[in-house]
Amino acid sequence: MSLFLIAALPFLGAVFPALLIRAGRNAAASAAGLTTFLAFTGLMLHIPAIFRGETVFAAVDWLPALGLNAHFFLDGLGFLFAAMILGIGLLIILYARFYLSREDPMGQFYSYLLLFQGAMVGIVLSDNILLLLVFWELTSLSSFLLIGYWKHLPEGRQGARMALTITGSGGLAMIAGMLMLGHIAGSYDLSVILQNKEAIQSSDLYLPALILILLGAFTKSAQFPFHFWLPHAMAAPTPVSAYLHSATMVKAGLFLMARLWPVLAGTPEWFYIVATTGLVTMLIGAVIALFKDDLKALLAFSTVSHLGLITMLLGFGTKIAAVAAVFHIINHATFKAALFMTAGIVDHEAGTRDIKRLGGLRHLMPVTFTIGMVAALSMAGIPPLNGFLSKEMMLEEAAHTVWNGSHLIVPVLAGIAALFSAAYSFRFVVHVFLGPKRDDYPGHPHDPTPGMWIGPAFLVVLVVLIGLASAYIAGPMVATAAGAVIGGAELPYYSLKLWHGLTPALYISIFAVAGGAVLLALHKPLEKIWNALPRPEAKTIFEAAIRGFTLLSRALTEGLHNGMLTRHATVMVTFTVAISYLAYQSGTLGAATRAVQQPGLLPLVGWFALVVATLFIVAKHRNRLLALVLIGVVGLVVSLSFNYLSAPDLALTQISVEVVTIILMLLALNFMPKETPVETPAFIRMRDGALSIVAGLGSGGLIYALMMRDFAFPTISDFHLANSYKGGGGTNVVNVILVDFRGYDTFGEIIVLGIAAVVIFALTEAVLGSKVRAYLLNREPDLPQAGDAHPLMMVVVTRVMMPLALMVAAYIFFRGHNLPGGGFIAGLIAAIAIIMQYMASGFSWAAERQRFFYHGIIGSGVLIAAATGIGAWFNGMPFLTSDFGYIHWAPLEEFEWATAALFDLGVFLAVVGAVLLALESLSRFAWQPGMSSEHAMDINPARDDAAEKTGTEG
Amino acid sequence: MELLVASAVGILTAAGIYLILRRRSFPVILGLSLLTYAVNVFLFATGRLVSGAPPILNKYEEVAYTDPLPQALVLTAIVISFGMTAVVVMVALGAYLTSKNDRTNMPAEPEGAGDDL
Repeated sequence: MSLFLIAALPFLGAVFPALLIRAGRNAAASAAGLTTFLAFTGLMLHIPAIFRGETVFAAVDWLPALGLNAHFFLDGLGFLFAAMILGIGLLIILYARFYLSREDPMGQFYSYLLLFQGAMVGIVLSDNILLLLVFWELTSLSSFLLIGYWKHLPEGRQGARMALTITGSGGLAMIAGMLMLGHIAGSYDLSVILQNKEAIQSSDLYLPALILILLGAFTKSAQFPFHFWLPHAMAAPTPVSAYLHSATMVKAGLFLMARLWPVLAGTPEWFYIVATTGLVTMLIGAVIALFKDDLKALLAFSTVSHLGLITMLLGFGTKIAAVAAVFHIINHATFKAALFMTAGIVDHEAGTRDIKRLGGLRHLMPVTFTIGMVAALSMAGIPPLNGFLSKEMMLEEAAHTVWNGSHLIVPVLAGIAALFSAAYSFRFVVHVFLGPKRDDYPGHPHDPTPGMWIGPAFLVVLVVLIGLASAYIAGPMVATAAGAVIGGAELPYYSLKLWHGLTPALYISIFAVAGGAVLLALHKPLEKIWNALPRPEAKTIFEAAIRGFTLLSRALTEGLHNGMLTRHATVMVTFTVAISYLAYQSGTLGAATRAVQQPGLLPLVGWFALVVATLFIVAKHRNRLLALVLIGVVGLVVSLSFNYLSAPDLALTQISVEVVTIILMLLALNFMPKETPVETPAFIRMRDGALSIVAGLGSGGLIYALMMRDFAFPTISDFHLANSYKGGGGTNVVNVILVDFRGYDTFGEIIVLGIAAVVIFALTEAVLGSKVRAYLLNREPDLPQAGDAHPLMMVVVTRVMMPLALMVAAYIFFRGHNLPGGGFIAGLIAAIAIIMQYMASGFSWAAERQRFFYHGIIGSGVLIAAATGIGAWFNGMPFLTSDFGYIHWAPLEEFEWATAALFDLGVFLAVVGAVLLALESLSRFAWQPGMSSEHAMDINPARDDAAEKTGTEG
Repeated sequence: MELLVASAVGILTAAGIYLILRRRSFPVILGLSLLTYAVNVFLFATGRLVSGAPPILNKYEEVAYTDPLPQALVLTAIVISFGMTAVVVMVALGAYLTSKNDRTNMPAEPEGAGDDL
């Protein structure tokens, strides 16, 4: 089966449990199991190739320019992990079916589990490290969902958050480390990176990359001092704990260290960081585990300890230690998964997992007892079980390791850890299963249905078999996987057997087991001492740290942006000015290459008008109406200067937009205060003024410097000028750029414009639907009203003008391709023509005669533009490719047809609809009862009732 | 000519920013409009200033054209800035009508305020 399919199957399968849960819990569980089984079978099909020592590849280039490719590969190490993930996954799916209660949403559970499984399989099969990072983060996210599965438990939520915070931040560090690694090796493919040991270890970036990558691995694998998230993640349902903490999540960090072992290991830095961390973790985890009363907490800390053991072995950097590490990964997965499931069974049946409330379950739960005992003894390192074999190998390696010149430190500390390890394993058996039967269990302990114990039983059989005949059962797997870890070099001599003669390791083992029994016997007094000792509580420290970070972020955010617009704007302007100044300081400014053009009288007059108007706006902005009039002056000068400076299209657009904008602001001002009060003290105004002047100097200086120099790079405008007529069929280059060369941008723009109009409409609806409506209906105008709101002259003139204005719009529209004009300008003109009717004849009168919804006009505009674009597909061209041709009908002048015109029609409609919808929405605020739509004019001599009609309605 | 355009951009920017830093919504809208002019003229001027050479192709003789690209850019910018101004005006008006207050720096809302909207 293709590696793609193996990695994708869990993700694809994740949909089914969520859907099939309606068909019952068995259906959901079967779907999850079947998916996993399929992927597992697919993996097993690769056995012959893997055990021949081959590597299976599957590659698709995804974003080759970024080095991000979907490259997968499968070698011995990846195979071992994938087999554990999928194999134990199957057992967990079976176990969870019987473990979860009726109230738990089981479909969700299996979907999360499969997502997680897919992410894990992705990690171990990835060849590309960027792809690996994606899967790595996915495991953090999906494990968050799994750990917090019991959403109603605060511990579950807190544990999930803690796990996500720790492993997620480690993952971030790792991203940086991996990028450095890829940078050094010149490739993001593991198969290439692994060939570049010398280059990587001699690079200056080796140490930073190593530390960052190890941060990721250590957080994931719960190494000291990041170990504390793992016990808190035990708030998850037991199947999750058994899965995440035996074979998968926490092993991801180990996997990564093993994967990168060939290029990272072997240096003193690696040895001291990795081996020391592993040793400390192993010792601390083992000691704490002995004093935990919660079965799952005991197992959690024992997991921490065993992860430390494997990390230490990898950290030794010798080939034989790597073999031992791989072997212990297999053994730990088997006995730890079995132990977690046993703990789950005890919890499920006896109603508690507090060791103090248990004991004597041997007779009540014989099957569970057998499974738990064998697994625990393996964990303690009792022959002939598999835990003994790998622990012996570990002790043997520890005995030969020199740490900072000392021959004793490592073996002694490892021996003590082994001693505590034996002690807590014995405690698991003795305090839970042995001893007298009690009569105060919260539940009624009995062996569960076979569905629950088959999984752990299967694992325990493996524990025994590997122990008795390891060379046959685990031998080939260990050899293949270890061969992959050490990077294809020749495996050192080792033998997986029970009896190695009287070695130092054997003595340490005997000491550990005997000492473990003694420790257990002394558990009560020891526990008193332990409880009396002051210990840092990881959760409190973590929460205090999180609180600290929250306060820091809040202080920072609110200092910069506390919701006050003025503060936010001040900070932003200051910052922009500062970085611009920095850029100006650090860059170089070449000499001017263009000559200054002498302005004529007209530009001088325009400039004068603009400057005076702008200064007056600033000085008189408190008089809002006056400021609005002056803004109009500025807009007018800007449009005129566009015209003067060879931009007729811009001039037309600017002046029509100007009209619409001023009307819009007038409408709004109608409801707002007409004066702005003085609120800020003089010094703040001075400060703002100074800041504004600096910003103005900066922008003015920048554009002046720009205008005085020629283009630094060849401009692409020449292409547009050269191809506008040939390729686009139009002589107005600006219009051809809009509807043809950059049609995609324009298409996006009309959509944005439409969205803005719809937002305005929605806001209007929201405001008019609230209490404000009552205020608006009874509102007294705060300015004196015109005696004749809709004067006869104006109504008549606008009606006469309407067809003329629309004619102009049509003219501007059609000539747009070749002369100044086009859809935008035509749309604005048509909109103004219609607005004139609203203004002259009154909102109600005009609205009643408006037969098309503006929403519909916007929508049809966008659709026409889209349909024109799609039309190009039928021509075998990409979206929005235009076509044109010429028609000659005598005696008419030759004329052109172009699909771009149809696109421009879409633009036209969208602009008309958007402008009118915006203005119409604002006008609706003014509606008051009694406004008549019957008569356009208040005073109409042609009407009989003219004499009585003197009101101000409409 | 260049100096006139550059100084106009500078003055419009300064006036726009000064008004944006005021504490009522209407001056902020005015300031935004002025800043929009400044930015549009700025973008337009990146094509350098040329008069009497509009980018309308002349089929009959070889003439010089100004840079059409900034013009196309600014044309869409003008229309979009109308949409933006309209939304901001609407937001400001809605805020004023619901709170009877046109300050841009609203005090923190008490618990439950705004539920009735």
